[in-house]
Amino acid sequence: MENFDAIVVGAGPAGTASAYVMAKAGLQVLVLERGKYPGAKNMWGGAFYGPVMEELFPDFWNEAPIERYVSRHGISFLTEVDSLSIDFRSQRFEKNRAFIVLRAKFDQWMAKKAEQAGAIIATSLEADDLLYDGSAVVGVKVGPEAFPASVTILADGANSLLAAKAGLRKDYSPHDVKQGVKEVIKLPREVIEERFQLEGDAGAALEFIGACTKGLPGGGFLYTNRDSLSMGVVVQLASLLEHQTKASDLLEAFKNHPLIQGFIRGGETVEYSAHLIPVTGIKILPSLAKDGLLITGDAAGLVLGTGLILEGANFAMASGVAAAETVVRAVNKGDFSQTILDHYGQLLRKRFVLQELQTFKKAPAFLENSRIYTTYPELACSMAMKIFENDGSLRKGTFKALRESMKGKVSIWQLLSDALKAKGAL
Amino acid sequence: MKVEEKLALNKFEVDREVHITVDESKCQECNLKLCIYACPADCYVLRDEHVTFSYEGCLECGSCRLACDKSAIRWVNPRGGFGICYQFG
Repeated sequence: MENFDAIVVGAGPAGTASAYVMAKAGLQVLVLERGKYPGAKNMWGGAFYGPVMEELFPDFWNEAPIERYVSRHGISFLTEVDSLSIDFRSQRFEKNRAFIVLRAKFDQWMAKKAEQAGAIIATSLEADDLLYDGSAVVGVKVGPEAFPASVTILADGANSLLAAKAGLRKDYSPHDVKQGVKEVIKLPREVIEERFQLEGDAGAALEFIGACTKGLPGGGFLYTNRDSLSMGVVVQLASLLEHQTKASDLLEAFKNHPLIQGFIRGGETVEYSAHLIPVTGIKILPSLAKDGLLITGDAAGLVLGTGLILEGANFAMASGVAAAETVVRAVNKGDFSQTILDHYGQLLRKRFVLQELQTFKKAPAFLENSRIYTTYPELACSMAMKIFENDGSLRKGTFKALRESMKGKVSIWQLLSDALKAKGAL
Repeated sequence: MKVEEKLALNKFEVDREVHITVDESKCQECNLKLCIYACPADCYVLRDEHVTFSYEGCLECGSCRLACDKSAIRWVNPRGGFGICYQFG
């Protein structure tokens, strides 16, 4: 068997980006993907943010299977029956820095780019173990078959079994992950554009907080694709277990919310998917390198979720690029020891990947505050009702109405303390 | 819409080889049965106080593996090429 410079486990954004960069630098690269095709195992909410894609593939906008760019961001606070929305729309968003894709198509396109650059993408192969020489990783095993390589890059996603096997990190606990469940709902293109007031290739990214998770930490989402909607809920796994609640039931109830009903009416569900998202960020950062081994993307927990910012794929790609640059450097030095591969961690710390996770390090703990999902959405909707409804009774000043709405739900001190914590976390 | 109706829309390459095995002797001592709430595909169903398990509709999210506090679930990925094949994702 040929000895590769690098074997990448997983053909998602992290793995494919690293393979692309290494192949372009002239390295012998093999990508092992367990799905029938890249993307077969992958799902997400919907949108990709930031300049990483353009830096890597300057022409991607004209080539890649992109559903829509995001021209409209919404956040809605939900009670069982009401909703209060913030709806930000702008023509000033750069199209290629916020766009919606469906992963089964998009990941295949990206893998094709890596293949064109010279990497070998081998699908339907599950790397189930690592190959060792002493304590150094020297490749992977697929069943009984050995695939030797100077460096192995783990890009096998949130559920990386190899990360724990290699001793890079402990297994996640149900507190460390959220479960996302999603439906893709077909609707004619014209209906989507009319319903969401979109023109051409513009799209909407909508977030929902409150009753959609029955008050559990998490939220709902809805993204407009070209001729379908991606909608679902994301909920902390530990809280699902604690409250003996199924995400699948939350999703069904969410679909029946009056606000959502108006969006999905007449649509036809064509796919149901689920995935875990590592959410505790920098707190549970694994060892990023050991002799002959690097870990990237979701497998390393490199996901930024602040409630307002929800990004993973761009972090994954940026980490894949940093891993690739580290391997190119190691090949030039002919040294694959941890000392040399630790360069990867230094690059991540210098770049936005670990800098931003550090900036928002308080967000995961802040987001466990149940008042965000119960008290505050209810308060917001009850205030709106008080302001906009005239039932004939004598009305009070807005601040007094607020104090009345808060009564028995949250004290002014609690509210101020939460606001201060939000300032620190977001 | 029921979960099983949703799963029927998905494309699966079902393997004859089982990728999740459940140690039922441990399940008998388990009162919480958290697997039922963890699984978004209803692979774990309570029948007459026993959890029955089927792997065919598994979406490979891995939640049950993390949820089970009795370590009764042995979870690996299906063999390469098998299992869920998302058409949209």
